[in-house]
Amino acid sequence: MREIKTTDVTQAVKNLCIEANYSIGSDIKERIKHFSETEGSETGKEILSVILENYDLAEKERMAVCQDTGAAVFFVRIGQDVHITGGNFYNAINEGVRLGYEEGCLRKSIIKDPVFKRLNTKDNTPAIIHTRIVSGKELEITMMPKGSGAENMSEVRMLRANDGLKEIKSFVIEKIKVAGGKPCPPIIVGVGVGGNFERCAILSKIALLRETGKPNGDPNWAQVEKDLLEEINRLGIGPQGLGGTTTAIGVHILVEPCHIACLPVAVNIQCHANRHKTVKL
Amino acid sequence: MFISGVIYAMRDEAHKRFSYMIIKKEKLPFNLRGQVIYYVGPAPTPEGKVIGSAGPTSSYRMDPYTPQLLDKGLKATIGKGQRDKSVIDSMVKNKAVYLVAVGGAAVLISKTIKSSKVIAFNELGHEAVRELEVENFPCIVANDIYGNDIFIQGVNEWKR
Ligand code: SF4
Repeated sequence: MREIKTTDVTQAVKNLCIEANYSIGSDIKERIKHFSETEGSETGKEILSVILENYDLAEKERMAVCQDTGAAVFFVRIGQDVHITGGNFYNAINEGVRLGYEEGCLRKSIIKDPVFKRLNTKDNTPAIIHTRIVSGKELEITMMPKGSGAENMSEVRMLRANDGLKEIKSFVIEKIKVAGGKPCPPIIVGVGVGGNFERCAILSKIALLRETGKPNGDPNWAQVEKDLLEEINRLGIGPQGLGGTTTAIGVHILVEPCHIACLPVAVNIQCHANRHKTVKL
Repeated sequence: MFISGVIYAMRDEAHKRFSYMIIKKEKLPFNLRGQVIYYVGPAPTPEGKVIGSAGPTSSYRMDPYTPQLLDKGLKATIGKGQRDKSVIDSMVKNKAVYLVAVGGAAVLISKTIKSSKVIAFNELGHEAVRELEVENFPCIVANDIYGNDIFIQGVNEWKR
């Protein structure tokens, strides 16, 4: 058994919240640079360079890349030989969110009841925490501030078991077409296939954590990702939806087994500000 | 294009309240005639800065209220993403425009804001109404007074 103190968890979470919001991954920057070379629209090119400039400025000024610093989403992998001591683990994460969002001047966007009164909880808690028990004695915490502009364009759909690739693709394309400029394109498209109703939604979000543009490990799905990306970029939506050839900079599909009578598919749209940071304790 | 001068920051909840006040014929926190509204809910202001990160939020959520505000003389709105037909028609009728700023360019945009003052609904926090003084605030015309729509035209031009 390895002991990890909740105070260390809180400290780590606080730092994750701040760093994830201030600095964007180099994979995103590289992808945007790569696509701006081929972007056909002059306005589109200009927007991509503004986006890159903003990333650098955010890092330099130590400010949030985007004012929508999101809901605080966590993916936690807890080694089964870890023993958390000194209090409740979820409380420790929420305390880290509280401290990080305050110290980092990050916007608090969580409301207590989605319908009645809509009162802000004022500290961006509760966080949304997905935990998984894994082997080993490490604790891995990934923090993802998920803004709403892109999240609102996402959907879970139960396709018919035999619908196959054609329907999966047309579902993805339909979502992106309808979204247009709303999710701040260029976007990254997370797709969850399989599992069940709730599992495919989680898969579609985990898919966004993959290094942007890195192909799927399975050659069949790698081809699907490549085809979808090309098709999406032929839609003409372009940066911010004003027209162009860079609508998406990555399509990431995550697949899991599912019931014989099911084909659950989730599309989680992510804006270019695909922020996430991971720490191992 | 670049905007310099005074613009007003407000988003979802403030729009709901404005709409209610217009129906009730109450006095609004500022006179809409000839003004510009920027859809933004800024991040908290870091020490020594004028305002926190302050990029545009999605405009479509303000669509149900915008025609009412345009009828009161509002001249321009700034946000991101396409608008509903009812808003576009109202812009033609009222000779108003819709501008877009780059979503996710929040630090860059915050640098063009020279002062920020809450003028109404302070209790709403980042959703309060703010008077912003801006200098060379960068944006692009998306819908003009003739009903042109860059979202449709741009996509049609680049669709393959
Ligand atoms: S969609 Fe992303 S970039 Fe756009 S405002 Fe929301 S968080 Fe920011």
